[in-house]
Amino acid sequence: MSASATERPNTRPDEGSLGRRAFRILRRNPFALGCLGVVIVYALVAVAGHLGWLPEFQERVGGSYEPPSWDLPRILGTDIFGRSVLYKVLVGTRTAMTIGFVVAAISIPIGLGLGAVAGYYRGVVDVVVVWLYSVITSIPSILLIIGISHVLGKGLLSVCLALGFVGWVGLCRLVRGEVMKQKSREYVLAARLIGASDARIIFRHILPNVIHLPIVTASLAILGAIKSEVILTFLGVGIQDGDSWGTMIQDATGELAQGIWWPLAGVTVAMFVIIYALNVSGDALRDALDPKLR
Amino acid sequence: MIAYIARRLLQSIPIVFGVALLVFLLFSTVGEDPVRAALGSHATQESIDDLRQRWGLDQPLPVQFADFLRQIATLDLGESYNSGERLTKIFRRGAMVSLSLTVPPFIIGILVNISIALLIAYFRGSWFDHLATVVFVGSMSVSYLVYIITFQYVFAFQLDWFPISGYERGPASLPYLVLPWIIIVVVSAGPDIRVLRTVFLEETRADYVRTAHAKGASERVILFRHILRNAMIPILTQWVTSVPFLLLGAFLMERFFSIPGLGDTLINAIHTGDRPILMSLTVLIAIAYSLFNLLTDVLYAYADPRVKLS
Repeated sequence: MSASATERPNTRPDEGSLGRRAFRILRRNPFALGCLGVVIVYALVAVAGHLGWLPEFQERVGGSYEPPSWDLPRILGTDIFGRSVLYKVLVGTRTAMTIGFVVAAISIPIGLGLGAVAGYYRGVVDVVVVWLYSVITSIPSILLIIGISHVLGKGLLSVCLALGFVGWVGLCRLVRGEVMKQKSREYVLAARLIGASDARIIFRHILPNVIHLPIVTASLAILGAIKSEVILTFLGVGIQDGDSWGTMIQDATGELAQGIWWPLAGVTVAMFVIIYALNVSGDALRDALDPKLR
Repeated sequence: MIAYIARRLLQSIPIVFGVALLVFLLFSTVGEDPVRAALGSHATQESIDDLRQRWGLDQPLPVQFADFLRQIATLDLGESYNSGERLTKIFRRGAMVSLSLTVPPFIIGILVNISIALLIAYFRGSWFDHLATVVFVGSMSVSYLVYIITFQYVFAFQLDWFPISGYERGPASLPYLVLPWIIIVVVSAGPDIRVLRTVFLEETRADYVRTAHAKGASERVILFRHILRNAMIPILTQWVTSVPFLLLGAFLMERFFSIPGLGDTLINAIHTGDRPILMSLTVLIAIAYSLFNLLTDVLYAYADPRVKLS
């Protein structure tokens, strides 16, 4: 058995471990790599923000509503209080990326765990998990999110919890279906025959075959959370203090009518770049990791 | 078929029950006391007790929940905390407004997006396909709010083609609705065309396409006669599932353009703590969602004879 496995000629160029193969595919796509780089830069801005390294956005850097000019703090203009739009956008980046990563950190493990357990064990566990996600998908998600954050109170944490509690459903459904398929494959049968425990089969054998699902979902979860924060804040159930993109867009509504376009332009460009980068990264990661696309 | 439908209806009962329970727990047990919120801090104990009894809030929670379930089952939904109006009346009025906001762009969107996606599928792999991908991913990367704000500013404020916001009942509502319709169609283009392109391209790899090529059918005939028809099955079923959400309207749009639809009713209910509206509306939408899911599966089996309902 083992002899024939090692003797098998390495004919396919895509042979090798999942990670190595994915890296090879990604390397051939410089645009996607650039987008991944953009995501990392935004994440670093968020980290810098939490370490207190970002410039203080509450300070005045000029007069009220100065249009953009060639001076770093005023490169995106100033707001009504003469504060730098650039600094506000950077602090908003911290908030947006924090929400994105916290929501992914809540929803991905729940979706992966429940999906794997339901797909593997079936029976009562499966019935309960399917019931739970059917209940959640039957409620329009924005309504559920508003409901939860209304109950938990306004603020960053409750927005994260609400988005996380709703966000695991899609991944759970995908993982459950895939695990059900994998469970009847020969390699799982073989693993069971040599006496592997359920935990070992799930984590060591099945999980590597479905791992592309949580990775791709993560980039979409971050993207969805960033977009949702803006909408929740606008509807008055999101973040209340003035350091998020949502509050900036909310203020921009009135400002635009007075011909003051730069705060809106600043936020829109910052948001556009990260969401575009996450979209492209998600697609590229799926192409690189999905075993079905080999 | 009838047995299948009956079984599916029975299966949806625990789901609707779960929705009702979740919504009840979310809005009844946590959050501020609606009676005190309604009467203010200077209310006498007597009037508080009086109102509490009228709203049924003096009952223990399980009794309140049973009452809520009975209301849903009999569709006798009670009254709004704020206006005292019957909920059925509020919902019927709001739903009509919401549908007039969401249905026309829904239909226009289907036609426009299918046409564009077919065009992209026809030119797959060319510079047009790549450009379209870049443009539509780009259009998905702009916040919904930014679309609304800029469109309202440019087309209503600067060019003065449409009223800035507002609503009137009946046919007079048309001028107020056109701009929101345009925005909904534009926003739907990115995500819809992305999905449609994938569906069409998957179909191009099917065996029947190879057969059609082999017998010498032109690319255009294959695309319109073969691929479009086969692809319509997943496409239509996907759209049927989203119909219940049309009832809710488009929150943001209603909020922004002051259109008094169900979405706006709901957001107002959240801000004023009008629990009967929040809870009943959520459960009704969930019921509609279950029914349309069932309808989707039945339609699917009807359209594709290979699918057996079991």
